[in-house]
Amino acid sequence: MREWAQFSAEPSDDGAVTLNLSGPLTVSSIGPIDRELRALGQRVARVDLSGVSEIDTVGAWTAWRIARDNGAEIAGADDRAQRLIDAVKEAKGEGEVAPPRPGVVERVPEAVGELVTGWGTGTVGVVGFLGAVLTSLWYLARHPSKFRGKAMVRQLELVGVSALGIIGLMSFLVGIVIAQQGAVQLEQFGAQIYTINLTGRLAMRELGILMTAIMVAGRSGSAFAAQIGTMRLTEEVDAMRTIGVSPVEALIVPRVLAAVLMMPLLGIYAAIVSIIGGAFISAFALDIPFFTFLSRIQEVVPLTDVWVGMIKAPFFGLIIAMAGCYQGMQVKGNAEEVGLRTTLAVVQAIFMVIVLDAFFAVFFTNVGWG
Amino acid sequence: MSDIPDTPQEAELPAVAPHYEGEHPIVVKGVRNAFGDNVVHDNLSLTVNRGEILGVVGGSGTGKSVLLRAIIGLQTPQEGSIEVLGQSITGGRQEGDVDIRSRWGVLFQGGALFSTLTVAENVEVPLKEFYPEIGDALRHEIARYKVMLSGLPEDAAAKYPAELSGGMKKRAGLARALALDPELLFLDEPTAGLDPIGAAAFDGLTRELKETLGLTVFLITHDLDTLYEICDRVAVLADRQVIAVGTIPELIATGHPWIEEYFNGPRGRAARASVERASAGRDPGRREGGM
Repeated sequence: MREWAQFSAEPSDDGAVTLNLSGPLTVSSIGPIDRELRALGQRVARVDLSGVSEIDTVGAWTAWRIARDNGAEIAGADDRAQRLIDAVKEAKGEGEVAPPRPGVVERVPEAVGELVTGWGTGTVGVVGFLGAVLTSLWYLARHPSKFRGKAMVRQLELVGVSALGIIGLMSFLVGIVIAQQGAVQLEQFGAQIYTINLTGRLAMRELGILMTAIMVAGRSGSAFAAQIGTMRLTEEVDAMRTIGVSPVEALIVPRVLAAVLMMPLLGIYAAIVSIIGGAFISAFALDIPFFTFLSRIQEVVPLTDVWVGMIKAPFFGLIIAMAGCYQGMQVKGNAEEVGLRTTLAVVQAIFMVIVLDAFFAVFFTNVGWG
Repeated sequence: MSDIPDTPQEAELPAVAPHYEGEHPIVVKGVRNAFGDNVVHDNLSLTVNRGEILGVVGGSGTGKSVLLRAIIGLQTPQEGSIEVLGQSITGGRQEGDVDIRSRWGVLFQGGALFSTLTVAENVEVPLKEFYPEIGDALRHEIARYKVMLSGLPEDAAAKYPAELSGGMKKRAGLARALALDPELLFLDEPTAGLDPIGAAAFDGLTRELKETLGLTVFLITHDLDTLYEICDRVAVLADRQVIAVGTIPELIATGHPWIEEYFNGPRGRAARASVERASAGRDPGRREGGM
């Protein structure tokens, strides 16, 4: 059973009151009477603690605050109460507990302004970062013995090999969806056989690479940002610098190279698995035999489609790795920042990949690879 | 993994309890902690007296922090029992148990402040959690005077942990540990990484708080000055057990080689000499000369 602190206000001659506090006056019992005491509205001349059974610093503070604000005296304090009051009375207890938060009128323009200047500094930052990576690559090209082969192999494994399962499954399902949905539409004008063209060309040119890029951004781009960001927080990156290890060489180059190398491989793998998915569903639903589907693919998908996909893929890998590493290196302060930067890395990577893909689509059509 | 209830229905224990009146707020009996094949504690027993500052020392890897984690319920021992404030930590819930987490405060080694909250908001977290009926005004005042009690300037209350120095973080962590006016205070290497003046001030603060607030303090430390200056008793962890508990002269009298080396090594002698000088009244700023 919880016992609450009690109080009574006893009027004395000059209109002021004597406040008798009783019961336990502790952090666990003071909540309700604190509100009432603040709303009292009478001048207190004396705070009497003789009825208090138990007191802690919160009780001592409350008694002291009332006495201070009213210019009252404290009576009936035992040794412990007096000791606690002496301990807390140096505090003013006023002022902010958090930096003041400006109103909406100030916050909105500020946020907009920060966004605009952020684009500027962000662009400069990204260009600078790209420069740092390129100079490191150039340096490593001239001093190949400095290249961290093991870190690179580890990243190749993380970015590529361990993604095979999920990317394969995703591509297989996407292939099924394209073939099945495409067939439903093409059937309406008797062109069902073109399902093969649709699946094959879409997988090789666009979807295989694009879906892979989105998956790699979600898996590896976020991992890069979170990993490097946490290393920034724990000062590991600074430690590297002081030892003479360049963080760009040790952390970023292996990740960027791994992503650039793995994206085309994962992309073509994804495209092939999508085609198999399409062939699989065609065998069941469209009466096109599995191997007929595959052999038709060779006839209807021009080799340029494969090149389109393979040319785009390393650029997508570069964007994903750069976004992840760049955002990771921007982390400072606290754990919240790691989350924020990781989100940014993934969102920026996917957005940039899609923008670049649009440019590539127009470009390749214009050079006659349509 | 953890003994601390996380789910809401488990957490519904009354947060209020009468002051602990027993003599031994912490009783550890026959505890065994092991991680795989690595046995950290085996048949370890330790009793802490009410109102004392107990220093816990031991070489690196002897499981000082593991013992602390076991006592506060972050780590379940394989064997043995632990009682804190008369209530079992290891034996499951009993009739009439209260939430003893409202009655202890823990200062972690790095401060472990919540980095997205200001110092004052950090102090308010346990207050909000256990006593939601306390109004905002009083809660803010409590946060501010606790910050002051911990030896920080009051305007540090509105700062974020990232803006504080290492020593200030420790003090802010102490303010949060003291938020609920606990009876028991756990300090994990409070003076590690502080400069000698800051460390001496922290020692003084610990002693002062113990006396004013009537705390029992369980203190893990490597700092010989802290041991000499403020600890009433010292427990020595070695060979997976508490090999000795007592005042420093009592410990030295046991003649155990590790204790011998610990207290009679060059640093141990220097710390003792400074205490002796101080008790002779010649060196009031004793701590600064000690290290």
